[in-house]
Amino acid sequence: MTVLSNVGLNIGTCTVSEVGMGISIWQSMQQKGYSRRDFLQLCATAATVAGFAQSGVAQVVSAFEKKERPAVVWMHFQECTCCSESFIRASHPIVVDALLDVLDLNYTETLMAASGFQAEKCLTDTIEKNRGKYIVLVEGSVPTGADGVYCMIGGKTAESILQTVAKDAAAIVAWGSCASNGCVQAAKPNPTGATPIHKLVDKPVINVPGCPPIADVMMGVVTHLLVLGQVPALDSQGRPKEFYGRRVHDTCYRRPNYDAGLFVESFDDENARKGYCLYKMGCRGPVTYNACSVVKWNEGTSYPIQSGHGCIGCSEEGFWDNGPFYQHLASFPGFGIESTADTVGTVVGVATLAGVAAHAVVTNIRKRPVIAEVHTEDQKES
Amino acid sequence: MARVVVDPVTRIEGHLRIEAVVENGVITDAFSAGTMVRGLEKILIGRDPRDAWAITERVCGVCTTVHALTSVRAVESALGITVPPTAELIRNIMMATQYVQDHVIHFYHLHALDWVDIVNALKADPKKAAEIAQSFSKWDKNTPAYFSEVQDKIKVFAANGLGIFANGYWGHPAYKLPPEVNLIAVAHYLDALQWQKEIVKIHTVFGGKNPHPNYLVGGVPCSINMNEVAAINSERLNLVAKLISQADEFVNEVYIPDLLAVASFYKDWSKWGGGLTNYLSYGEFPTKGYAQPESFKYPRGVVLNRDLSTVHPVNATDSQEIKEYIASSWYSYEGGDGVGIHPWAGETKLNYTGPKPPFETLEGFQKYSFLKTPRWKENAMEVGPLARLLVAFASGRTDVQDLVKDTLGKLNVPVAALFSTLGRTAARGLDAALAMIWLKEFYGQLMDRVKINEVSTFNGEFWEPKSWPAEAEGVGLTEAPRGALAHWIKIKKGAIDNYQLVVPTTWNGSPRDAKQQRSSFESALIGTPVANLEQPVEIIRTIHSFDPCLACAVHLYDPQGRHLHQVSFE
Repeated sequence: MTVLSNVGLNIGTCTVSEVGMGISIWQSMQQKGYSRRDFLQLCATAATVAGFAQSGVAQVVSAFEKKERPAVVWMHFQECTCCSESFIRASHPIVVDALLDVLDLNYTETLMAASGFQAEKCLTDTIEKNRGKYIVLVEGSVPTGADGVYCMIGGKTAESILQTVAKDAAAIVAWGSCASNGCVQAAKPNPTGATPIHKLVDKPVINVPGCPPIADVMMGVVTHLLVLGQVPALDSQGRPKEFYGRRVHDTCYRRPNYDAGLFVESFDDENARKGYCLYKMGCRGPVTYNACSVVKWNEGTSYPIQSGHGCIGCSEEGFWDNGPFYQHLASFPGFGIESTADTVGTVVGVATLAGVAAHAVVTNIRKRPVIAEVHTEDQKES
Repeated sequence: MARVVVDPVTRIEGHLRIEAVVENGVITDAFSAGTMVRGLEKILIGRDPRDAWAITERVCGVCTTVHALTSVRAVESALGITVPPTAELIRNIMMATQYVQDHVIHFYHLHALDWVDIVNALKADPKKAAEIAQSFSKWDKNTPAYFSEVQDKIKVFAANGLGIFANGYWGHPAYKLPPEVNLIAVAHYLDALQWQKEIVKIHTVFGGKNPHPNYLVGGVPCSINMNEVAAINSERLNLVAKLISQADEFVNEVYIPDLLAVASFYKDWSKWGGGLTNYLSYGEFPTKGYAQPESFKYPRGVVLNRDLSTVHPVNATDSQEIKEYIASSWYSYEGGDGVGIHPWAGETKLNYTGPKPPFETLEGFQKYSFLKTPRWKENAMEVGPLARLLVAFASGRTDVQDLVKDTLGKLNVPVAALFSTLGRTAARGLDAALAMIWLKEFYGQLMDRVKINEVSTFNGEFWEPKSWPAEAEGVGLTEAPRGALAHWIKIKKGAIDNYQLVVPTTWNGSPRDAKQQRSSFESALIGTPVANLEQPVEIIRTIHSFDPCLACAVHLYDPQGRHLHQVSFE
């Protein structure tokens, strides 16, 4: 995302979104009259913005020079289409440019013109012509209950379609919490056996959780895959570190209120009207890894906490069973200036164990073995 | 005789399969099947009723917010909570915003390609296209250079396989628009895609994000403070004003003119797709509180047999009025498959009896859908923008009557033209135009309240569960963009004991009931000509005219806690 906009700014008039169909970025720039020198400058800028060392520039040059954009298919299983809706809210690039120029998107039930067997043909043709080279974006979980009949498309089960599509894919992205962790239909008692994608395919999956994920975060992931031609750095849960490396709480503009012990005690009370911390109203910011308080939503317009409601933790595995949402994470006296999310976690309530275990912010709670394991992984990474 | 199967039906929300029987080029029978289920009603049981809005909002991300609003209304009705007027206005602003955004997206991105031949737009003369566009709209973007640029983009796109537009029914004789009108519509398709991300920022201001903004039982979560940067303040309200003004321009200078221009070439579609003759609306946009439906901008009621002289009252709490059947649905009832059950007593058990996948057809199976079949006093009802316009028209609402008559006059068609595929699509445009007028009105009223510092947005009187009765039951009714939407809730000892949703596409897209009466989709398809069985664009037109939303339509609940097939994952 940043890469796209910055490339556009630095080079002046050639943004990636202007690149034509089926040709490399270098070819497109040649057509527009740019020199090789301009091209290398673009690559260097892209590499710098993406955080690469200088030695990485060669890699980017190579990616931009040779790569035709791979074909992309967008699958819809057990979902509510909020991920597609979020995607079209993207602001940089805007979705029109992404659809016409960046993504060679050949199948998405939400927007495609064809229906019925003509639609299915779009999918099978893409697979056949691009074996091993196409990218699969998945929205929705896959139900495995009752032999898969809880989600059928064209008379076939979602599970069988997923296996067919995943088999020859170059990369798989799980859009949103449904595909990443099962989301609402996997909440107890998970009546249809809703299952996230990474549990069903034998390939690595890039998980982009959230209900939905932020539009420009989705575009950022697309940029990594299709413009830079590489998989972004992932955390132990397969989430891009770029967007899921920090807690909402740690980057929240209301954090100073938390540190100062200034809390909303009831919705729309005097403290709410002053924008104090929503921790006591059940905010899950301290246990939620997402980019909401930095990137914000809908072109930086706001995010849940800014608009007065606590974070519900929608990008964390099992967040629906980590409620009730208005029960605050722990009930304890005396925390204030020196408290951090980690010390909050040490006295976290039973109801929130699942959410906490998802990313091990604590070491001193009941599920010690599970936590210890995840914690070790985190330490290895850092 | 031929059986035409369309699966997946694309450009909708969710998974829909249509099987139509065609004899001598005309549809004589049709079957509508929802082929995905998630079980959200089951998941709601035992949870905090104040969380239900968040769970039910995830029923659908296309019609986001509508379930959240319906849910907080259901809980508030159960617990006797009155919402402060300022919070009601903010809810109205969010709902009207949803109407406008949803209808524009539906017209351009989900429905237009049934009428607009994108490949044919390549033949257009951009200069002529600009002249035509300028003749019916003063939108300043409609210049020859603009249409020429769009055409160039499409040319490059077409040369590379068309992407998401590949394999459409392009060139089908049912496409009637001249190349220039096709080009205008394609250009505005792209503009609408760009614009829709703007109007939803209204949700983001008040609800923190879109899709799936935040709601709150008892009001809205945002606070207003004109002397604070971290609240709804003058800057936030100015942003909303700007977004409303942009939306106003887009609806009135782009969407409505395009709709009328396209419709004028398809007047024959006022003959087909009428289907049912009964219409249901729950009413929407409270002006004196949700408890007073007579104050709503859109009235509540039923029109039977297209008789616009009488409006029948609707009572969603009467166990004899609204019932759900499963005679053709993949569920079973304790009392047998023939009975209908009021949602408060809802009883459902998944029971898939269809063909083992992969399968070619559902022919020969008595049950063929995961949608249940709702009925009002045993009648199949159409719901949606057309239904609410007709109920408002029949209720004597002059603002609605004037707009409907004016539009019919512009198209030079009689009132009967409304009862059709074209009428349904036109009604959606008028619905957006009305929502736009009311959106501006609600914003003005919000500013009036801010001026006199009436800014309370939350009633916390019954927020704490200890203030609740041991048992309570409630109903939340809304008119979602797609039509009549209701949630029924029972609360016991502070937790959800029962939760049932009956949503617009359940009314419209359901299979046959116990008496074998068809619902809206199936009825509307009968009598429609199909020119080419391999390219059934006519089926798609009528189905899309309802704006189906399948994720909304399918859910399950089992009060005994039993389910036939559960796989657990650790």
